[in-house]
Order: sequence, then structure tokens, then C-alpha cells
Amino acid sequence: MLILLVLACAAMGIPLLALWGDGRRGAALFIGLNTLTLLAILALAIQVLRDGAFTAGGGQFMVDDLSIVLVLVDGVVGLSTAWFSRNYMLHEKAHWLLSRRRVRLYHAMFQTFLATMLLALLTNNMGILWVAMEGATLSTVLLVSLFRTAEGLEAAWKYFILCGVGLAMALFGTILLYFAAQKVLGHGADALLWTHLAAVRRQLQPQVMAIAFIFMLVGYGTKIGLTPLNNWLPDAHASGPSSVSAVLSGLLLNVALYAVLRAKVLVDGALGPDFAGRLLMGFGLLSLLVAAFSMLRQRDVKRLFAYSSIEHMGLATFAFGIGAPLASFAGLLHVISHSLTKSSVFFSVGQAVQSVGSREIQRIRGLLEFSPFLGWALMLAVLFILGMPPSGLFLSEFLIITSTLQAQPWLTPLLLLGLGVAFAGIFPRLQGMVFGPAPEGIARQPVAGIIPVFIQLALVIVLGVFIPWILVQWMQHAALLLHG
Amino acid sequence: MTISAQGLAWGIPLLRLLAALLLLLAFAMLAQRRLLTLIHLLAWQGVVLATGTALVALLTGQTELWFSAALTLGLKAILIPTVLHRLLRRLQVRGDVEAVLNIPLTLLAGIALVIFAFSLAAPITALTGIVTRGMVGIALAAVLLAFLMMITRRKAISQVVGFLAIDNGLFFAATSATLGMPMIVELGVALDALIGFVILGVFFFQIRETFDSMDLQNLEHIREE
Repeated sequence: MLILLVLACAAMGIPLLALWGDGRRGAALFIGLNTLTLLAILALAIQVLRDGAFTAGGGQFMVDDLSIVLVLVDGVVGLSTAWFSRNYMLHEKAHWLLSRRRVRLYHAMFQTFLATMLLALLTNNMGILWVAMEGATLSTVLLVSLFRTAEGLEAAWKYFILCGVGLAMALFGTILLYFAAQKVLGHGADALLWTHLAAVRRQLQPQVMAIAFIFMLVGYGTKIGLTPLNNWLPDAHASGPSSVSAVLSGLLLNVALYAVLRAKVLVDGALGPDFAGRLLMGFGLLSLLVAAFSMLRQRDVKRLFAYSSIEHMGLATFAFGIGAPLASFAGLLHVISHSLTKSSVFFSVGQAVQSVGSREIQRIRGLLEFSPFLGWALMLAVLFILGMPPSGLFLSEFLIITSTLQAQPWLTPLLLLGLGVAFAGIFPRLQGMVFGPAPEGIARQPVAGIIPVFIQLALVIVLGVFIPWILVQWMQHAALLLHG
Repeated sequence: MTISAQGLAWGIPLLRLLAALLLLLAFAMLAQRRLLTLIHLLAWQGVVLATGTALVALLTGQTELWFSAALTLGLKAILIPTVLHRLLRRLQVRGDVEAVLNIPLTLLAGIALVIFAFSLAAPITALTGIVTRGMVGIALAAVLLAFLMMITRRKAISQVVGFLAIDNGLFFAATSATLGMPMIVELGVALDALIGFVILGVFFFQIRETFDSMDLQNLEHIREE
């Protein structure tokens, strides 16, 4: 029941925001809806804590230790983005002269995106998972081109076509999965239910499953931002509003990775752990390295952090590829910490860009001087994303490196190289942005919009210093689930 | 799914014929320069798909597939091509499609793709019953050909046609190779296709408004620094 309640809370908001989503009322409604959704999610988490994994709606919906953790992150990031978006959009609305209709479109599409993310995490049907991912893509396309600039249109078109083709591949993989499942589970609606598939995963035909997994990895991998299909990601992050960049990095990439992990559990049963694991490790490491080196030549601050998202998702994919429970635990911790931290980075970068009026790193100077609050927010968020202690990313990266040393020691230098280059790509620029004298003609932004950054960063510190035992328990169970 | 012996005798060859038609249409699209004809070919693909779905419904006796066939006919054979046609007129896009590669070369690449698709699908087809043999290979080939068409074209409309043709290939895989996906999934996929199409329509006007042209060469400004 609670699963349906969560989804209903999120879905109910779409028509409401489409009708009344403009002005102050719209922003307040947006925040209210996401508060309600977060409350429903917390209630759901309590039930999972009490009863463990369960299904609902005749087996069509499912929540377990893996999905509840990501659903919680969705709820938290959704609410803080709604909070940030209120001040941010006030400024953007004035700057781009957005009409009331456009603001309604923004809120309604944003809520559609959040609802499809929750649906993807809570459905038990691999086909509906695909439908939700496609829905998430479609709803964000119009958000990326919200300002109707030439650049925004180009980015949105690229995003639409590349992700559309990628997801078509994932659908082909899903069809093949159904093809394999039919042989065991028979024809019918139940043959795509993940819980049913997981129960018979050792009987699925290995040849079909191998090809199905490759298609799903390529398809959902496009959305994770894995090299070589990541062209859309920096453009879409840079051109859209910062609130959209925050959820693209913070939520969408996670959910795409989640889809791959669900498929991995099934294919591991049919083929043994090496096949999927090696593919994930290869693509993950490649993405990490390519993104790290690409960062060195970025001049646009949002593109820089978009590449950083590719880097982190590559690292998480690599960790899940190792397959040992410790590595999966670290991967999960990494994904959660990255969501919270990267959305904070985009919140503070968004405000900095609004203050300076440019996305060029060269022109963002001396933030600490003219707005200490914003300067600190950006500095802490970026230091955390670089994996500085006491951030949760420090712990997760440490664990990933440790388990690499155990499982594939010869890959450790490559991993360290990637992390080192990423550090060299971001750290010197951070210094330029926060220290030094502030340039003339800067518009100070209201402090209220930046408060979510500090709340989220506090959560990241908790993840790095003392993970609550509930979360540890869930993540351990999830790691064992992924281990098979 | 059981199919009667009588059905096997005439139904399966007919399904194979439709599969071959689908592939031929995919090749025809690859070779077609004119936008208007391209849209017609897409509509014909929709007709073939709907017929295939109806045939599978008849052979296997699944009533929900009839619904799916009707939906396919309405959406892919009538609604989407008509709207594309209107868009073409409203936006006054005229003239030939420019292919990046020359056409014989593109067709040769297409043949290579078909061979690749069949060899990739070989281990799968080896496992299947007599009914669906070869269907996965053909569906994959149709998807890859549409993909090839997309990357060799520059006009926004022809890219969209390629996008929809990919969808057609996938749909064929779902109905003919697996004899129908679960209804709820099919409905979701159709809904997504429809929403995607509406968004594309919005996009066309935005692109037109901003660039005064539907040529995607205008959309190549973002460069890596």
C-alpha cells in the first residue's frame, strides 16, 4: 500500500503543477508536494525496516534493500531541489522573461521526472522499468531546452536522439530477456517480473541472456553516461537550468545504473559473475579515465562538473563490476554520497553563475569575498566531490581502492591515475573561483536558496563518519543481493 | 503459446513474408532521398507491423494482441505519418534529403549490417522453436538499418523517421519473436512513443523559430574547449 502511496503522492503533483504551477504559488506547491512525497517515503522505509522486502499491487511493485536506499535519496534530493528551485527560478524567470506557461511547464515536467524516477525504482516489472526510464528522458528534454536558446535546443536534440537510440537498445535487451524468460516462466505478464526472474535466474538460457545484457548495458549505459555514449551528458547539464543539472546528475544517472544492476543479478545467475562484472569494470574504468582527462580542458563550470559526474559514475560502475560484497557496498555508498554532493555542487554553481552572469570558470572569481555563504557552500561541496574526508565519498573511494587491491591489484594504478587527474582538473579551478578579489558588477543572490546545500553536505559527512546502522544493514543486504 | 498445425502451414510462411517486407522497406528508406516518400515508407512499415501483429493474434488466439494490432495501425500507419506529412507542409521543408555517404555505399554498409545482425542473432535463433526462427535476426537488422539511416542524414525530419523506424523494428521483435510482450509493457511503450512524438513536434517549431531552417547542420555549435 505504501508503495502506491509514494507513487500517488508524486504522480498527483503533475496535473496540479500543470494547472497552478506558476508564480509563488507554484514554487510553494512544488515544495509541498515533495515534502509529502518524502514523508510517504519515510513511512515506506519504516515498513521495509520492519518487514523486509515486499511486493504490492499483485506483484507489479516491489521494494527491497537495494531500492529503498535509492528511493530515500530520491526523496531527499527531490525536496532539496524543490527548495533550491524556488529562488533560482525567480531569478531565471526575470532573466529569460519566461512566461507563466513556461514556468508551469517547468514545474510539471520536473514533477513528471521525479515521479518516473520513483516508478523506475519501485516497479517490479523490467518492462515498466524501461517505460519509466524513457518517460524520465522525455520529461527532461523540454527542461533542457527551457530557455529556448540555440545552445539549449542543440543540447536537447542531442540528448533526445542519443538517449532515444540508447534506450531503444535497452528495449531490445528487455525483449530478449522476455524471450529467455518465456522458456522458463511461460507466456504472460509475470514473465518480466524481477522477483520471478530472480527466482529462476539459473535456468535462463545463457546465450540469450548474454546478448540481452549487452543490449541493456549499452542502452542504460548511455543514460549512466558511460563512454563512448556520453556525448549528450555535458551539453544537457550545461544548457539546462542548474536545478535540472542537479537532478540529472543526482538521480537520473543512479536510476540508470540501478537498471543495469537489476539486469546484472539476472545475468550473473545464468552465466556466472565474470561476464557482466568484466563488462562493467571495463566500461567503468574507461569512463573514469576519459572523463578525468576531458575535465582538464573544460572552460565552462557546469560542463566541468558534468564530466565529474561521468567520472564518479564510472567509478561506481567499476566497483559494482568487481562484484565482491565489499565492493558493491562501496559502490552503493559512492552512488548515494555522489547524489547528495553533486546536487549540492550544482546548487552552488547555479547561484554562482547567476551572480556573475557567466558560466565561464575564468569569470567566476572571489566568491568568498562577496558572498561568504555561497563561497563556503561551493568550496565544501567541491572538496567533498573530490573525495576529501570527512565526506562519504572519501570512505567509498577508499573502500573501492581497497577492494580493487584485493580483487584486481593491477588495475589500481589506473584507478588512482583517474582520480588524480580528476583532482588536478578541478582543484586549481576551485581556488580561482572562491579566493581572490571579487570582480565588479556582481549581483548578490538570496542566501535562502543555498541552505539545502548545507543540509545535504551534513548528510554526506554523516555518511563519511558514522553511517547509521539502518543504512549499513540495508546496504549490506543489497551488496549480498548483488553478489548473488 | 501453441499454434495449430493448420496455422503453422500457412501462418508462419506469411509471417516470414511480412518480416521480409519489413526488411525491404528498411532498405528502401535507406536509399530514399525524398522526405515525402520516406514518410510513406514509414507508413507502409506501420501497415506491415499491424498486419504481423494481427496475424500473430489470429494464430495464437490472444485477444489482447488484436487490440495491440489496432493500436499499431492507428498510431504507426495512420496518425504519425499524417502528422509528419502536415508538419512537412506547415514548415515548408521541400526538396531532397541529403545523404552524407553516397547511396550505393550506404546500401553496401546496410548489407554488412544485416549479415552482422544475423550472425549476432544466430545463437538465439538456434535455441528457438520453428515458429520464430529468423525473426530476431530480421528485427535486429531492421533496427540497425534505421540506425544507419539516422546517422547518415542531416535533416531533423529524416532523423525522426529513422527514430520511428527503430521503434518499428523493436516492435516487430516484440510481437513476432516473443509472440507478444505483456500488455501493460506494450501500452507503456506505445504511450512513450506518442509522448516522444508530441515533444518532437514541439521541437520542430522551436528549431524552426530559432534557426529558420530544419537543417541539423545548424545544431553543431557546441564544441569541446
